[in-house]
Amino acid sequence: MTDTPRTLFQKIWDDHVIERDDNGTCLIHIDRHLVHEVTSPQAFEGLRMAGRPVHALDKTLAVIDHNVSTAPDRLTNLGNEDSRIQIETLRTNCEEFGVQLFDISDKRQGIVHIVGPEQGFTQPGMTIVCGDSHTSTHGAFGALAFGIGTSEVEHVLATQSLIQSPAKSMRITVEGKTAPGVGAKDIILAIIGEIGTAGGTGYVIEYAGQAIRDLSMEGRMTICNMSIEAGARAGMVAPDETTFQYMKGRPMAPKGDHWDMAVKWWKSLATDEGATFDREVVLKAEDIAPIVTWGTTPEDVVPITGSVPNPDDFDDENKQNSARRMLDYMGLTAGTNMTDIKIDKVFIGSCTNGRIEDLRVIADLVKGKKVAANVEAMVVPGSGLVKQMAEDEGIADILKEAGFDWREPGCSMCLGMNPDQLSPGERCASTSNRNFEGRQGKGGRTHLMSPAMAAAAAITGKLTDVRELTE
Amino acid sequence: MTPFTHLNAKAAPLPMMNVDTDIIIPKQFLKTVKRTGLGVSAFYDIRYNDDGSVRDDFAPAQDAYKGAEILVTGENFGCGSSREHAPWAILDMGFRCLIAPSFADIFYNNSFKNGILPITLPKDQVTQLMQEVQENPDATIEIDLEKQTVTRGNKFSFHFEIDPFRKHCLLNGLDDIGLTLEKSATIRSYEEKRHAEKPWL
Repeated sequence: MTDTPRTLFQKIWDDHVIERDDNGTCLIHIDRHLVHEVTSPQAFEGLRMAGRPVHALDKTLAVIDHNVSTAPDRLTNLGNEDSRIQIETLRTNCEEFGVQLFDISDKRQGIVHIVGPEQGFTQPGMTIVCGDSHTSTHGAFGALAFGIGTSEVEHVLATQSLIQSPAKSMRITVEGKTAPGVGAKDIILAIIGEIGTAGGTGYVIEYAGQAIRDLSMEGRMTICNMSIEAGARAGMVAPDETTFQYMKGRPMAPKGDHWDMAVKWWKSLATDEGATFDREVVLKAEDIAPIVTWGTTPEDVVPITGSVPNPDDFDDENKQNSARRMLDYMGLTAGTNMTDIKIDKVFIGSCTNGRIEDLRVIADLVKGKKVAANVEAMVVPGSGLVKQMAEDEGIADILKEAGFDWREPGCSMCLGMNPDQLSPGERCASTSNRNFEGRQGKGGRTHLMSPAMAAAAAITGKLTDVRELTE
Repeated sequence: MTPFTHLNAKAAPLPMMNVDTDIIIPKQFLKTVKRTGLGVSAFYDIRYNDDGSVRDDFAPAQDAYKGAEILVTGENFGCGSSREHAPWAILDMGFRCLIAPSFADIFYNNSFKNGILPITLPKDQVTQLMQEVQENPDATIEIDLEKQTVTRGNKFSFHFEIDPFRKHCLLNGLDDIGLTLEKSATIRSYEEKRHAEKPWL
């Protein structure tokens, strides 16, 4: 078996198969399971009813993130009654079953997909699951990481395994170097624009090429995070020196002899020369400009230098109808220059772009400038540790000075399950991952973009080509 | 889990593509700690007017489609978040079978765990089915999981594909966890071997 060239995905898959049936359906072992308050209550309830324990407590970590308020008084104010019940249910469940929980008062609390990598809980070669579609984030480490539903959360809690059918493989190669002002978010938005929101359905994507290799771990996480927006089961990047440097010394990373053993194994994971993929896609990094979305799916992208498309220009009648509906919802007119679109709010944060590197980029951009008078801008660090780092580096002061609202960590306005929401008709420049109708608040209008682009929009009060601000 | 073998029921049309799970069940309803009771909130923003009345353009909630147990819809149904609240809401609304040209992976998977049968058919067949249920709201559609067919009287009958393991579980109402726990010894020996080879994991 080992003689046939294999992809990164195949190697990890083969390593985790406990049992395979005649139809190819496999029982696979799960190395790490992240749990949060929204998709776990019914799973714990199922265990309780059946009298089953959690199978592997050392492979399970729980965090409160979706519901939590990001306001300074949140330790004493859990928001509305439903949020309070869900948060307290997770606390009770973790205590009863013995699961480690990063509670709100814990410095390590944050968005589950920021916390896992930060702690070294996430490692190359692993299978990692969570009841959240953005679990694909962890693939940046060369892990097979994917989102699951609550029934599967219960299955993993009870057995530390999952029943899965094998996926198809796709390699997306981004050749060459990106231009200044273009980052990981622009690359992934360009990819989704290219293959579409269902282009990855049934596939595990491996991202390759110089533009991907050149990215930091933070950038790779941004890319893998949004694999699900292309419909993919997972996205991954082969581990390399950048990965090992990031991992070393993390609290839950392997230590001593185990570190050396682990690195040796991690180095063997890269796709073999000659391995084949079911689909190959190639993009040139130099063709990618800073990108924003205009519609209500993440594939509706346009370079910031472009304009709102005309629905009549789409080939497919369904797409024409859906584009008309989107323009109506977004309050946009075909032909409008993207840079003429005024905004009301800016949201910087989320599991896509709430890491320290993202905050460094925006601090550099806004230093000495002011948020436009018509704009409310908020920055939500991805975790308590990111927040601490940003405060120690002076980033928080720069942002506050510029007029940004500096918040406590959580999912915040990415999904609006907490008090951070858009009002009907409000237009937001957002670094999050979904521009769906109503996602950030009923009637809210979301334009997805990079942290640099969102910061630029905060300063000028409209969608802006960040390259003009830095020239 | 309730087995799914055979269904002879009315079908409701939802001719939209990319219906995401935020549309199926908006975030404010995810705060429940139960699986039931979400049906009334399903498709909230496209189903209700601001005053709480049902929107005229949301067919599945019109009187003509009362009692429908099959939902016919567009491509990439269930994209977005992994929330199982989406199939819970759809089931609670009364639907046991969904028919579309394609489904998003996680949603597709979650449906089976709740005894819902998602059927993928070629686009032209879904279009034909959609027209039929739009023109004849009282039409009953027959789903036979054993034979893997979708039949409308003597007008048309389509064959659909389904993974044999999923079909087996659905036909027999099998609970995955129960099935897996029967393999505890195999799981334990895998885990022991893995720990010996990679003790840091």
